Order: sequence, then structure tokens, then C-alpha cells
Amino acid sequence: MTDTRDMTMIQAINDALDVAMARDDTVTVMGEDVGYFGGVFRATAGLQAKYGTSRVFDTPISECGIIGVAIGMGAYGLRPVPEIQFADYIYPALDQLVSEAARLRYRSAGEFTAPLTVRSPFGGGIFGGQTHSQSPEGIFTHCSGIKTVIPSTPYDAKGLLIASIEDNDPVLFFEPKRLYNGPFHGHYDRPAKGWAGHPDAQVPSGHYRVEIGKARVVREGGDLTILTYGTMVHVVASTLDELPDAPDAELIDLRSLIPLDIEAIEASVKKTGRCLIVHEATRTSGFGAELSALVQERCFHHLEAPVQRVTGFDTPYPHALEWAYFPGPVRLAQAFKQIMKD
Amino acid sequence: MATTPENPVWTGANRPPLRLHVPQPPARPGEAPDFSAQAIPPVGETPRPDHDTPAAQMQGHAFGLIRVLDLDGTASGPWDPQVTPEVALAMLRAMALTRAFDDRMFRAQRQGKTSFYMKSLGEEAVSIAAAFALDDEDMLFPSYRQQGLLIARNHDLVDMMNQIYSNRADRMKGRQLPIMYSVKAKGFFSISGNLATQLPQAVGWAMASAARGDTRIAAAWLGEGSTAEGDFHSACTFASVYRAPVILNVVNNQWAISSFSGMAGGDETTFAARGLGYGIATLRVDGNDVLAVLAATRWAAERARGNHGPTMIEHVTYRAEGHSTSDDPSAYRSAGEAAAWPLGDPLLRLKDHLIKQGHWDEERHAAMEAELMEQVRTAQKASERHGILGHGLNQPLDTMFEGVFEHMPWHLAEQEAQMLAEWQAAGLPEIQRPDIKREEPGA
Repeated sequence: MTDTRDMTMIQAINDALDVAMARDDTVTVMGEDVGYFGGVFRATAGLQAKYGTSRVFDTPISECGIIGVAIGMGAYGLRPVPEIQFADYIYPALDQLVSEAARLRYRSAGEFTAPLTVRSPFGGGIFGGQTHSQSPEGIFTHCSGIKTVIPSTPYDAKGLLIASIEDNDPVLFFEPKRLYNGPFHGHYDRPAKGWAGHPDAQVPSGHYRVEIGKARVVREGGDLTILTYGTMVHVVASTLDELPDAPDAELIDLRSLIPLDIEAIEASVKKTGRCLIVHEATRTSGFGAELSALVQERCFHHLEAPVQRVTGFDTPYPHALEWAYFPGPVRLAQAFKQIMKD
Repeated sequence: MATTPENPVWTGANRPPLRLHVPQPPARPGEAPDFSAQAIPPVGETPRPDHDTPAAQMQGHAFGLIRVLDLDGTASGPWDPQVTPEVALAMLRAMALTRAFDDRMFRAQRQGKTSFYMKSLGEEAVSIAAAFALDDEDMLFPSYRQQGLLIARNHDLVDMMNQIYSNRADRMKGRQLPIMYSVKAKGFFSISGNLATQLPQAVGWAMASAARGDTRIAAAWLGEGSTAEGDFHSACTFASVYRAPVILNVVNNQWAISSFSGMAGGDETTFAARGLGYGIATLRVDGNDVLAVLAATRWAAERARGNHGPTMIEHVTYRAEGHSTSDDPSAYRSAGEAAAWPLGDPLLRLKDHLIKQGHWDEERHAAMEAELMEQVRTAQKASERHGILGHGLNQPLDTMFEGVFEHMPWHLAEQEAQMLAEWQAAGLPEIQRPDIKREEPGA
């Protein structure tokens, strides 16, 4: 029987880094405030004291530099785990990520690789305004050569992060910051819940991996398939629990967008005949559009209603009006009703 | 007076109108070349500090010019590296081979054998001297005009040409634009083509080397125009903060395609002075003086190896050819510029020096040039036996989908099947896997 502990997502991420660093001395953690202080969300707490400043260090405030330097370290033979403090700040590193890290293996025919895992808190629900709330995953899934992984539980966060670090391709590991300390039910005006006692907060000690590219069926159902990831996994689950007339929905946590578990999606939609896609990110050209196209291409004859999306709006992420923007229980309930009527 | 949609210009406050300054080069086509703004101090004027001198104590070097060879071929001054005739002749030979290679490949592009080429004419000394100053194990992060590094490290010319031709023996499988080499066995990083991205990468490699207690250092090159990229400044910050064992080479060849160096800020200060604000030791060197480049690079290497941190070197040189085969320099710069360049031709300057020293003569030089041209020609024939881009595709189609990821995900497998089906439906022939053995470079 494996020893398990109740952990928050932050603790699980910290544990994953510790396990990966202990097993492989090339794993190197770097980023703004990650060293002595242990990160603004405490994800790297204690690592510098344990592994030293050559393996865990603070960086200048330069995302382009952080990723460019990490690529060079990867070319040397290290396995860097750079942190971008908020996903909203990742854009100065865009060229280094999409033109360099993502293409290095291909353009050098395998001579050089960029085995980075870029950790970055993303998503809203914390009154972070436009610069601490964005969900930019769709920008990266559009580019070839980079993986995008998004956990929604402490158990997955640890297993997926270890798998990402051990992966030989560059991985963007977006951490839903609203879930760091507890699952989110979608109601900003109700007390927050912690992870304590949640079955998915039971985290085994030591090394384990959750395979990248495998979705998780959070709950089975027969009427409707809901595809989502990150914070919205919990908002959807909670909304389904609360609604008296909720559809019998099959909820799928994609866990990784590239590579995508198309088999799980197809199997579910062919069973239920309906598909609702939910993400926090802006709607137009979002990853939901890709999912919608895939479902339509592969499951058209099984569909009983148009594929629908519940997303953030195509505005900058607002501050004071966050809860009018956020795809919360009200928007979800309306979409459930609509898609079951269609 | 307020602005209106018809007149958006604010004209109030009784002040003189502002003017936007857009830098202009001293000469454009039809005008006489003018390099009067280039301050060229005499040989020996720029002193040689100890390699561990704090950067703050040698700021003047950002505005000096390290020179060893006078234009009459005399070597002197504190930076004279005192190389043996054998080393000087080896550098002469490597420069001449680079020039012969460039000449031949430029012509191959003009003959339709490949899509693109970039010469390093006039700035060969920058690469050749650096390769001679560094250890073979040191890691190089070049831009697209440092083919001289590979040639000076005795890389196989056939392997370089295979890449230029995207042929069956191209180790890069025809994926990269010609000259975007990657030669790990020679410590030569994959060339990107996106500008300045290699700078922070070189710093990261050097940081890793230091973090692991390694003894190898890194060096990177970029053009003066590319110093305007954010990556350059990120690289400087990281290099300075972590005292990375890295040499950041700014190749100031005066032109970035059609934009003169002033468009990157060169009118306001030197490019070497970019390093000052970062506290990086900074040298400015006559880039057409192979002995000066050798000496400056050795100084920087010694500094890095002693854990004294990075060095930025500005190489003042001149791009004597167009940017690439895709532009016509006569459309944007004065025709006589290359001849008027006050620092001359790097190859001829070293040749003159060796002749003056009694180690070389015109006859032997002509014989060497003929021999090198023959070496290049022989390599070209050998490479062309593996095919040329101009004669169609040389790569098996499915190589397009290899190596996007270590393991191919389903969506790429599906797209690969679609492509193969399209090709078949169009009745196009399959491209065979190469029957030649891909030799390891340098093996």
C-alpha cells in the first residue's frame, strides 16, 4: 500500500518538483522569485535550501531571457523547469517558445532538443484583472512541436508534472491558480472550499506519473458529453450537482490539449450524441473551436444537437466585472438547457 | 488651441515644433562612399588590460579599437598575439577556403542548384580568428554568417553542401533553409534564422556549464542590426547577473540588409557600448584584422575561464556582398563602399603581413587559392552526387512528420497519411529512402 497524503495542488506541485530533482540532478528550477522566497504561490518553497542555488535560482524579470536561457541549458544537457510567474506574462517569451523550443528538435533533425517544462499559473477567478487571469493555451496549441498540459487535481498535478519534466519535448504546464488551494464551485460569493478530504487530493508519496495525452472521465453519463480542463472541471461538476434538472452528463477532463485524447472524446460523444465544450479562455479561435471541429468531423452522424461552447468573452479579462465575464454556473445552466432542447 | 480631426497637430504653448529624427546613411546609390565618421585610432593606442580587470575600469575600450595589423602589414602593439607563422598561415588558409566555398555556393544558387545562399565576404576574419582562439570543445551559437567557424574547425565541406542542397545526404533532412547548419559534433548550435534568439541560449548554455563545474565556455554571434532585438538585451542581463562564461560577439558589418548601422543606434554610440550599462567587459576590435580578433577573443576566453564573467566584443567590419542571394546591394548602398572601407580586406591584410614577414609570397598564394578552389570543386561534385534541390525533392515524404515530437501523436500520423494519399492520387513518384550511409560529421 503506497503511502498517501492529503495535499493542496500547490503542495503536490512542490512535491513533484522535489521528487523530480531528487531523481535526476539535471532538473533545474528557475524563475522570478522561485529561489529564496519559494515562488509567489510557494510552489518552489524549500527547494533552493535543499538543492542549492545552482539548481534552484531566481532570474531577472525577463520572460524572453528565462526561456531563451532554459533552451540553452537544455541544449547543454540539463532538464530546466522554468516558471513564468503568471501566464499573462508569457508573451515576451513567445518567440523563444514557438520558434525555438518547439522547433529545435525538428530543425536540427534531433541533434538538439529543448526538454523544458514551463510551469505557469493561468486562469481567472481570483480578482486578478487582465494581467493575472488570462488563459493563453490556445496560442500554443496552434503551434507545432510543443505540448500543453493542464491538471485539475493535486493527484494529477503531481503525476502530470513529473511526466512533463521527464518528457523529452517542451511542455507548457499551465496550473489553474484558482485550484491551488481548493476545488472551485464557481460561486465567488460563497465560502471557498479547501482540498482537505477531497478524494483527488490523496497524493501518493514518491515517484509516479500520469500519462500525458490521456483524458480522465470525471463522471459517467448518458445524455451529454462535456469536454473541459483546469478550473472549469470543478465548476462544471459542482453546477451539475446543484441543478435539480441537470442532464445526465459525462464530464471529461482533457488534462492535456496537445497531445489530445481523441479516443476518449469520440467514445463519449458517440455514446451521448451531444457535446458541450467549456473553457475560461476567450471564445474566438480558442481551443474549443478546435474541439468543436474535431467532434463535428468524427462524430457528425451521432450528434443529436449542435456542438456548443461555453467560454470567456472576447474582451480583455475584466477586474471588477470578473463574475459577469467568468463562465460560471449561470452560463453553464443555460447551455445545459439549450443543448438538451436542441 | 485644441486639436481637431482635421488638424490633429497640437500647435499651442508657443514652443518650437518637434522634429522626428530618422537616421540616414552617409551615402546611398549614386553618391560617393563616405566613411569619415569611422574613427580609426592608430595601432597600439587601445591598451590591453589584464583579463580579470573589472568591467567598470575598462569602459574606454568600448570606444577604442583594438588593432594589431597596420594597413601596410606590420603587426605591433600590446594586443599582438605573437602567433607562429604556422598559425597565421593556417588562418589565412581557412579564410581563403571560406571565401572559395562562398564563391562556389553563391554561384550554385545562381545556377539554380539551390534556393538561397549567404556569403561572408569581407568578414571572414571574425569567424576564423574566433575558432582559432577558442578550444574545439567550446560551444558556438552562430548567426547565419559564421560558416567560417565550421570551416576553421575542419568540418566536412561535403556535409555543409549537402545541407545547402537539401539533398539525400542532408542530415537536416531538407528542413532548413540553406546555410542554417547544425553540427553538434563540432560544437556548432542549430542556426535559427530568427534574429538574436541564439544570444540568451548561449548564455544559458554557459550558465549550465558553470553550474555543472564544467570547463567549457560558450560564444555567440549576431549582427549589429540584431542588437535591437529584445533577446540581445535579455542575454546581456543574464550574462551579467550570473557572470556567465560566454563571449557575446556583435558583428558590426555596417549593414542589415538595406538598413545602415545607424538604424540600430550606431550613430549615437558604439555597439560595444551596449555592454557598458550591463557591466559587461567590452572590447571593440578591428574585425578585418585577424590577429586583433584572435587576441581579443583569447582575452575574453581567458576571462571567462577564470570565472571573471562575460565579454562583449564589437567587430568593426564591412559586409562586402549583399545580405543574401535575395537582395541587390546596388539598390541601397553606394557602389564604391567595399573598396573604400577604411579597414581593408581581412584576407589580403593577413596575406600582406605574411609576405612582409617573409613567410609567404604571391606564387604560393596563387597556388593555395587554386588548390582550395579544387578542394571545393571536388567537394561540390561529391555532394551533388547525393542530389541538388534544383532537381526536385530528395527527401522521403514522411520525413516531414518525423521529429516534430519525440513520439508522433495521432493528429500528425493522420496528417501524414493524408499527405501520402494526396501524393499517390496525384500519381507522383515516391521518394526513396537514401541508400547512402549518413556519415557522422567530423568522424
